[in-house]
Amino acid sequence: MPMWTLIEYAAWAVSAILGLNMLWDWYRTDTTYSEEVLTSSREGEIEAMTEQHRM
Amino acid sequence: MTDTDITSGTMDGMGPKGTKIGLLRVLGPAHVWALGVGIVLVGEYMGWNFSVGKGGAYASLIACWFAGILYTCVAMIDSEVTSTVASAGGQYTQAKHIIGPLMAFNVGLYLVFAYTMLEAANAVTVGFLVQEVAGMTGHAEALNDDAFIVLAIVFLAWLNYRGVLATLTFSLVITAFAFVAILLLFVMTAPAVAPGLLQHGELMSGGASLPYGWIGIIAAMHFGLWYYLGIEGTTQAAEEVRSPARSLPFGTLAGIMTLIIAATLTWYVCAGLMPWEYLGQAGTPLFDAARLTGSTFLVVILGIGTLFATLASANGCINDASRAWFAMGRDKYLPGWFGAVHPVYRTPYRAIIFLVPIALLFALQLPLDQIITFSILSGLLGYTFMPINMILFRRKWPLDSIKRGYEHPMHPLPAITLLALCGVTYFAVFLGYGTQLIAMIAFYIVASLWFHFWRYRFVDRGAQFTMPWPKPRGY
Repeated sequence: MPMWTLIEYAAWAVSAILGLNMLWDWYRTDTTYSEEVLTSSREGEIEAMTEQHRM
Repeated sequence: MTDTDITSGTMDGMGPKGTKIGLLRVLGPAHVWALGVGIVLVGEYMGWNFSVGKGGAYASLIACWFAGILYTCVAMIDSEVTSTVASAGGQYTQAKHIIGPLMAFNVGLYLVFAYTMLEAANAVTVGFLVQEVAGMTGHAEALNDDAFIVLAIVFLAWLNYRGVLATLTFSLVITAFAFVAILLLFVMTAPAVAPGLLQHGELMSGGASLPYGWIGIIAAMHFGLWYYLGIEGTTQAAEEVRSPARSLPFGTLAGIMTLIIAATLTWYVCAGLMPWEYLGQAGTPLFDAARLTGSTFLVVILGIGTLFATLASANGCINDASRAWFAMGRDKYLPGWFGAVHPVYRTPYRAIIFLVPIALLFALQLPLDQIITFSILSGLLGYTFMPINMILFRRKWPLDSIKRGYEHPMHPLPAITLLALCGVTYFAVFLGYGTQLIAMIAFYIVASLWFHFWRYRFVDRGAQFTMPWPKPRGY
């Protein structure tokens, strides 16, 4: 089999492995942590802690 | 509040408003530079040269410098506002605080579409480059580029999913390589090193100077944006840099200076090596320039540089589109489910995964020139918002009312200049892609109606204004 055909198959395989790795981690994370914790990020936390924006 | 130690490893990203898991603040000015320049530098390797096809080499140089002025205004305005509104979402969050929800929704969409389409265009280019390399190494059959398009998008999404520090350090290394490759090409083709190689006089005189006259210069502005498109993406890192007020202006302004140098050198070398008729439709002009020098070393360096620039751009685009999508989800402008942060990697993981199939759809189903044009148009709509945003920002919160990390000079001249140059560019785009321009504006009008009459009822209106600023002047 030509080298570039092998590389093409390898590209499909690596894509599938990385894609499945993300999906598996996503599933594991969503079933381990509560939705309240995962979506607890609030805009402006840095500002509240570090900057008062006063002259 | 003052007892919270934000430098503590256990408290980092957590705060008094209830954040249990937040984005990780680990980036420095070099990462901000890499994010901005990384997204854009691919424009030097390909794309800018279509401006030569629109009006010749001189027109492209004039467009390069006028677009440089446009983006310098963008960088200055962005630096001032973002050094004050340091949150993920960048211009979306700026619009929310300074103009209002409908503008913010539109700006958020501009960002997501501009970056996701640019990411798709980069992935298509990776596939094309791999095909070219396969052909150059003697592979006779046609290689299926879909495998490499999918690999580029999935690999970079995976990298983004696993953490921002590794992602932008990767961008920093490959972007620096791609920039050094341009410098090397310039040095090794300079008259002192290779006498007689560059032929500007012969290639740019007579009918080749301005083949379509002055209208060609205006038409060249369309692809002139390609020299710098995406530098405004630095603002998306605002919530993940250690010192936003310092790092964002520093990284952004260093980025635009880098790009103006890279753009001018790129034009100089390419215009001196190739006639405008060829350069105006070349697929990979810098790589072609390296081949014309006859140096194998330069061919290899510029070949790798082209691939790296493309990957760096797609990488930055995934980073930026996901932050904008995440920020809109967090504010319930989109379903709040998208506002989740990964508890281990501290990235907006759902936004990253959600945008993968969309990028794949654009990359595998749409023609490249259409993707690029829609990306430019979304970016251009975003640039039009910026001067309005800046004028309102200075009016509502003058310099003596809130502290800024950076104050841009000569206000309102940059804002007015930016607005005028956006007007010229709209006309330039209309000359070549009028239908797409109208279709894009129609899309955003329909999306605005959906937001106004349906989606806005789900937005937590009381929690939108998060910056601890005084009341705006006059209210």
